[in-house]
Amino acid sequence: MAARLRGVTVDRPQSANAASLRHDVPSAASPADTDALRGPRRRFVVLPGHLVAALLAAAILGTLAAVAWAVGGLSALTEWDWRALRFTLWQAALSATLSALLAVPVARALARRRFPGRGLLVTLLGAPFILPVIVAIMGLIAIFGRNGFVNDSLRGLGLPEMSVYGWQGVILAHVFFNLPLSVRLILQGWQAIPAERFRLAASLDFAPRDIARHLERPMLRSVLPGVWLAVFLVCLTSFTVALALGGGPGATTVELAIYQAFRFDFDLGRAATLGLVQIALCVGALLLARWIAVPAGFGAGMDGPALPPAPGGWRKGGDALAIAAAAAFLLTPLLSVTAAGLPRLVVLPGEVWTAALRSVIMAVTSATLAVAACLALALAIARGAGRWVEAAGMLPLVASPLVLGTGLFILLRDMATPQQMALPVTVAVNAAMALPFGLRALIPAAQALQADYGQLAASLDLRGLARLRLLVLPRLARPLGFAGGLAAALAMGDLGVITLFASDQPTLPLKLYQLMNSYRMADASAAAVLLMTLSFALFWIFDRGGR
Amino acid sequence: MKIVLIPALLLASPALAQDRVLTVYASDYVASEWGPGPRIEKGFEAICDCDLQFVTGDILPRILMEGEGTEADIVFGLNTDMTARARASGLFAPHGQDTTGMSLPVAWSDDIFLPYNWGETAFVYDETRLESPPASFDELLEAPDDLKIVIQDPRSSISGLALLLWVKQVYGDDAPEAWAKLAPKVLTVTRGWSESYGLFTEGEADMVLSYTTSPAYHIAAEDDTTKKAAIFPEGHYFMAELAAQVASTDQPELAQQFMDWILTPEFQKTIPLANWSLPAKLPVEDWPQVMRDLPRPDKTLFYSEDEAEALRQPALDEWLRAFAG
Repeated sequence: MAARLRGVTVDRPQSANAASLRHDVPSAASPADTDALRGPRRRFVVLPGHLVAALLAAAILGTLAAVAWAVGGLSALTEWDWRALRFTLWQAALSATLSALLAVPVARALARRRFPGRGLLVTLLGAPFILPVIVAIMGLIAIFGRNGFVNDSLRGLGLPEMSVYGWQGVILAHVFFNLPLSVRLILQGWQAIPAERFRLAASLDFAPRDIARHLERPMLRSVLPGVWLAVFLVCLTSFTVALALGGGPGATTVELAIYQAFRFDFDLGRAATLGLVQIALCVGALLLARWIAVPAGFGAGMDGPALPPAPGGWRKGGDALAIAAAAAFLLTPLLSVTAAGLPRLVVLPGEVWTAALRSVIMAVTSATLAVAACLALALAIARGAGRWVEAAGMLPLVASPLVLGTGLFILLRDMATPQQMALPVTVAVNAAMALPFGLRALIPAAQALQADYGQLAASLDLRGLARLRLLVLPRLARPLGFAGGLAAALAMGDLGVITLFASDQPTLPLKLYQLMNSYRMADASAAAVLLMTLSFALFWIFDRGGR
Repeated sequence: MKIVLIPALLLASPALAQDRVLTVYASDYVASEWGPGPRIEKGFEAICDCDLQFVTGDILPRILMEGEGTEADIVFGLNTDMTARARASGLFAPHGQDTTGMSLPVAWSDDIFLPYNWGETAFVYDETRLESPPASFDELLEAPDDLKIVIQDPRSSISGLALLLWVKQVYGDDAPEAWAKLAPKVLTVTRGWSESYGLFTEGEADMVLSYTTSPAYHIAAEDDTTKKAAIFPEGHYFMAELAAQVASTDQPELAQQFMDWILTPEFQKTIPLANWSLPAKLPVEDWPQVMRDLPRPDKTLFYSEDEAEALRQPALDEWLRAFAG
């Protein structure tokens, strides 16, 4: 009992120490396997994850090099580029901090309360993250715009209006997009605390304050840096949000500057420089987060459903408020988009439906690729494959899709025509772009799997496909489903790289823009509903499949 | 890779059994079923015994990247303010058309880039929401700051760039002051025209930077006569969309035939109601009624290619400074 208790209360257990406390460590483990527990293996083994990571790094850095090489080098940045860099860092840091902090009470409330429709709500609250940006902006404007619900209410109450245009709009939109991701990741952190720990806490008569101190804070300490980093990186490469809601060129982000260098000046050298700056920021942020993050080390549990104790009193009201506020903030924009677009959904022209089918097939393919790559990377990382593998897995997050697309275009143009490349390249790029998100969910689970079952599996000589089938897939089904769902939904809503290669086979987001460009705003909102529904359905199917 | 290619093959459109293929690089909206593309394709295929294939995307960056190895035979949808860089690439061949007697408000003597439609930038408003719109550019600058307009970023949008040149031509060296007055009225700056126009139709903005011909869409397609373009006596900036043939084409005859076809009445008649812009060469009596009824500015402003290219960067810096505050 004393040993188990230490596993709960020690804030920073050494991994070998924590492992030695576990009841499920077979005593027959060979000395070599015990060594393996103490840290990364000394002997270098090439894992599939190494190959995936090498491929990713080559694709992302290689395309950057190709772009720079095509124009004979990098060019210097302008005064406006530096301003963009400052604004980018500032808004990303603020958005990440707000998203992570606001997500904690919501995730805690969802973790410890049970009510009818909770499962549905958890899924629904994930929706904004996978919404195509253009659809989300429509929704946010319907709620927070000049004629939106919020300002109508403020006017009705005789209060001053708020403006969604300007830096505050950028932050609002980023929190809207990333609060769901943060809630989801933190909620997984809560669920990863083994049920036994809560039962133990209950048997020790822990007050909510004690649980917070001994269980929740160590968990948050290990999860939050990753959450913050993920949101920070998403906001670092934000593009459309800044341009639609930023109010003016003051809210230019680096990604936008890349687009402008490419479009306005056709200055590929500057685009490549900016691309490098973005990657340097990513690596810096990654190192920072690695330095801050501390593994929680709760040890293995028996997989009973973890239901943290649900304290009554004011905490109950607080939790209800947190859930209601998050639901209102995250769901009303979706409802208003749906209400606006639904009436014309049935009369959408056939070409839109064809594009929708094409997008679905591409999204599912992207997701399959992403899940396979993600699994390989996460398993390699869990087995101590080195930081560069994780860094490579995070690279796509800050790789500019425009630089990536342009680089691939330059590299592949002698092998195939752009039309032939359009769909495969889009599928591959989308799969890569989704990797960092999938990895954030998968790495902790894979690490726990390795720590909790690695030795057992080794002692049973479980390896290769058998290990994958009997141990890895069943244990990781949940985060894998989540990763696949994210990848499918993000691919569904992506407009990015296809515009460069755009062929005669438009995707649904491209169709949406075509409708808008033809003045057909009502049809565009119907297409937006279709896009949103399909993104959501894909996510749901994958995520459900994982549970 | 297989897993990628199988669905890609499933999706590929059936290849047409045509030996002669004319590849036309076009802006994205052109080839959509709501743009002029399908009618152009049908019309040309009826006379050329060939297969016209649109390839859509960012035309200029793409063709500059591809250089002489490009598959394009024709580029369709370049803009007047991008021609300097396109010309400097040396990738294009003369169009060989007689450009006298065009229905353009400016004289056209370019022997490479051929306009197929045109329009002017204008601020569009909804008369039910804005009862007394500014009657001139000056009035717009002096209007109270709660008159909200949406414009496009000149670095990512061609109409945004046109606004930059419009202000420069009207206000010259005073352009920075003009921008300083306009900036507080700018609700937001969007990447492209469509996002701006969406904000306007949602009722977020009172006026949107668009075209003199925009109201025609609402009248013809929606029977809505409340959308108007504010006509300013200072003049409106001219924009045309251009076609050119690629010098390295492997189908020189077809490409020339296409260029020859652009200014014919048959082609020009498809423009107004598919592109929502004015035809480049068509007598006014052949325009659709809705286009003939639109109020026309008295004065059209336009910079030559060299002037526009020289002004682009300084005007952009002025604009950025006005918003940097």
